[in-house]
Amino acid sequence: MSKITRRTVLRGIIRGVAVGVALPYLDCFLNTNGQALAATGQRIPTRFGTWIWGCGFIPEKWIPAATGSNYSLPDDLKLLEPYRSKLAILSGFDVKLDGVPNKPHITGCLGLRTGIPVPNEVVKAPTLDVLIGDVVGKGTRFQSIEVSTAGIDRSYSYRAAGSPNPSEVSPQALYRRIFVDGFQDPNATEFKPDTRTMARKSVLSAVQEDRKRLMRDVGAEDRHRLDEYFSSLRQLERQLALQLEPPAPVENFTMPKAPGDRALDSEIDHVMVTHRLMAGLLAKALQCNQTRIFNVLFSDTASNLRRAGTTTTHHTLTHEEPVDPKLGYQKEHAWFATRSMVAWREFLDEIASIKEGDATLLDHSLILAHSDCSIAKAHAVEGIPIMLAGNANGRIRTGFHLDGKADPITRVGLTVQQAMGLQTDRWGALSMDTNRTITELLV
Amino acid sequence: MRNETVLRMRCVAAMSVLIVLSGCGDSIREPEAVGGPAVMRRLTESQYRDTIASIFGADVAIPARFERGLRAEGLIAVGTSEAGMSPFSIEQYDAAALGVAAAIVSEKGRDKFVPCKPHTDMAFDAACAKRFVEVYGLRLFRRPLTSEESQRFVSMAQAGQQRLGDFYAGLEVTLAGMMVSAEFLLRIERTKPETDPSELRELDAWSKATRLSFFLTNAAPDAELLRAAGAGELDSKKGLRRHVDRLIGSPLFKPAVRAFFADMLQFDKFGDLAKDSVVYPAFSSTVAADAQEQTLRTITDLLIEQQGDYRDLFTTRQANLTRALGIVYRVPVPTRNGWEKSEFSVNRHRVGIQAHVAFLSLYSHPGRSSATLRGKAIREVFLCQEVPDPPPNVDFSAVQETANSKMPTARDRLEVHRTQPACAGCHKIMDPLGLTLENYDGLGTYRTVENETVIDASGSLDGIDFKTPEGLGQALHDHPETPRCLVERMYRYAVGRDTEMEERSYMDYLTHSFATHGFRVPELMRTIALSENFFAISAQGEKSEHEQVALRTGEGL
Repeated sequence: MSKITRRTVLRGIIRGVAVGVALPYLDCFLNTNGQALAATGQRIPTRFGTWIWGCGFIPEKWIPAATGSNYSLPDDLKLLEPYRSKLAILSGFDVKLDGVPNKPHITGCLGLRTGIPVPNEVVKAPTLDVLIGDVVGKGTRFQSIEVSTAGIDRSYSYRAAGSPNPSEVSPQALYRRIFVDGFQDPNATEFKPDTRTMARKSVLSAVQEDRKRLMRDVGAEDRHRLDEYFSSLRQLERQLALQLEPPAPVENFTMPKAPGDRALDSEIDHVMVTHRLMAGLLAKALQCNQTRIFNVLFSDTASNLRRAGTTTTHHTLTHEEPVDPKLGYQKEHAWFATRSMVAWREFLDEIASIKEGDATLLDHSLILAHSDCSIAKAHAVEGIPIMLAGNANGRIRTGFHLDGKADPITRVGLTVQQAMGLQTDRWGALSMDTNRTITELLV
Repeated sequence: MRNETVLRMRCVAAMSVLIVLSGCGDSIREPEAVGGPAVMRRLTESQYRDTIASIFGADVAIPARFERGLRAEGLIAVGTSEAGMSPFSIEQYDAAALGVAAAIVSEKGRDKFVPCKPHTDMAFDAACAKRFVEVYGLRLFRRPLTSEESQRFVSMAQAGQQRLGDFYAGLEVTLAGMMVSAEFLLRIERTKPETDPSELRELDAWSKATRLSFFLTNAAPDAELLRAAGAGELDSKKGLRRHVDRLIGSPLFKPAVRAFFADMLQFDKFGDLAKDSVVYPAFSSTVAADAQEQTLRTITDLLIEQQGDYRDLFTTRQANLTRALGIVYRVPVPTRNGWEKSEFSVNRHRVGIQAHVAFLSLYSHPGRSSATLRGKAIREVFLCQEVPDPPPNVDFSAVQETANSKMPTARDRLEVHRTQPACAGCHKIMDPLGLTLENYDGLGTYRTVENETVIDASGSLDGIDFKTPEGLGQALHDHPETPRCLVERMYRYAVGRDTEMEERSYMDYLTHSFATHGFRVPELMRTIALSENFFAISAQGEKSEHEQVALRTGEGL
């Protein structure tokens, strides 16, 4: 405790001095615009995440009849009532294909996330979580954390074609990665930098000395890939550097319990449990600043969810199930669509359960929840359902339903990037190219 | 008159045989090498594991979770020259490196792996550290370290010892650093320095040794091959032949053949494979693992041990079974633990690897079979034919629930696909193949009825009709694209890229030579390894054009 570090000094200054005094801010403070201060005196950062569910929705059960803040929640969103004021429901925004072949369950999802529709997984730009992570995610132990909760090793977070950020599929592996190997308890009373970590860090920085020479040895195409390798190596080095500094204390933080062994597959009851566990771990990881960026894949975009003992998956049902003449929609598909919203509610419960300052982690986050299509049967990429949750430290306005009226869906991605502090004034390509911020969303 | 005609016909036939034969003799020579671009490949998971095993022994644990490989042109081996390296990958490589390094310098490991004893525990023994980094630098980087590199790693070891107070701890962090270096994780190919970049070039000795070794042993070059590379032996025909024969004769050749087929059959997809436990109670992770092993054993038995004809893989009745598999195949397996080699009797209806549980369960849904997925896989995996994605705006709901009594079998349900014009184009090329395999359920168990209706397993493949799964096996065996596809895959696997347009006649040469040698796969691999084209790198002008295309399609926007 007698040791004085830059952080302890800084903490003292923030506690004692009025706002506005020039401070030697750490990098991570510069990119956040939030005003919130935790009891520890740390400025609370803004987190960004995405939450994907597959196979769209049943419009009559999902799209609110009225727009604005005075709307009643339709059937599938009823259970989100407690979060009404913290949610923006966005309907009617389209992925514009511009003649690009629509690869079912892929083109819509990646079009929304990169601003450019592609006929396969070969993305032409990074996904927006990566763009945001490059600006606000550098100062943390992990630049981002990806999880997939339906037993399938997939990810829709891409730095470039061929470079997805792979998902954790097992809660145990996720727990180990974040809270065991190299984890520092933020509230530990003693801190002693580990000499082995120091030694490893200097080895890693020496390994990077090869960069220039290697860049000359490869073709232009491979230079991007080599560059990515070196960025990832730098991220690892930063991870070690963070371990050599005393962690910033975090109020109310308690270690999560290690998850037990359980079935990791696409059976819906298993998925609901896995998802909840992973959501809880993720919330804790965000709370103690292990990462600021996350991507959750609840079900794959061609939803692999299924009920025990049945021959069809959710995705197969969307194509093969006859429309129930009385209901006017596919009943079994609707059941899975409803369950997906239950999972979303549970996700919000986990995020909102973390208290930070006089608010919650949800208030300091911006979560973009979306599907890959609207009407799964037709793979329609018009009106892909979107929800924004959380207030991004006061940067995002919520509590209403907005009809996009067939505007390009890139307006959402653009607005989200701006809310996260990016200096982006246009985003997307061709018909999806837009500079029209959704002003209703920005405070 | 009549006799004459017959005779003349015979004569023509005899002459054409002669022509074909002499044609063989002439065209068996390799066409002039054209090569392709040099590529930068990531090690695949199995190459990483096999390389560590070949350097440090198979019992060194590798504590990492590798992400799934990217597949391009049907192969992860080709995807490795396109795949990036996310922070997650590096974290995992780092974990692997730390685990291996700790084992190597542990009290138990150091006697075996550290080639010298440090002179004293107090002062840093630079000479011993130098030996260590140069021995493992050579193996890991697949070339000798430059003096600058060697010096840098020795200083790392020294700094490590100063920090950690122990010589071995210094070596440990240094070895871990080498194992996350680009030169280890990425295969960067270099050409002979004296050659002109605007002309056809040849790989340098180290890159040659690396291509050869990963192709024929699935691991980095061993000490002998590196010695030969250093001595210039791989540059002479004779020397090259000696080393190719040595590698093909080595125990590592089998893992290399297995790695190729596991990649071609896309067994990495087993990682995500789920089967409904109510519909298929016999399925378990043991069944999934044994099923892959069964197919790979059948492949290496037939292709390596028996030096058999590749096409016989589609008609073989050889059975390698475990108890767990016996349950799925409904064949009694007396051996309690381990593998039993036998033959499927004719009434078991198991002919060819396409009728194995691995193939049948992988290309099915979690709760039922899929004629479409199986038909598509046969086209893509065994015949190298691409089947387009389904049109996005088609209403599939005519393909109803499996319990629908009006459409009891998959054939009935798929009828709609084959009659609706938008679907028919592709389903016509997939379904007739897949429907023949409807005699196997979604796990691969043989059945004759679905929903109390007898399954009609007739089908056709490019004009050859058959009534049973056995008929499909024979048709695949006889299909002219079957060997050609294998040749293309094998070559792409070896060079880690798609074939270039200019390599057409080289591919013809390989296909022809494959046929001449009785479709023996080891011989095909030998032919590739000995060919000049295998080590040829096309002129840089072409390469930059290639890059421009990639930029236009990939990074342009």
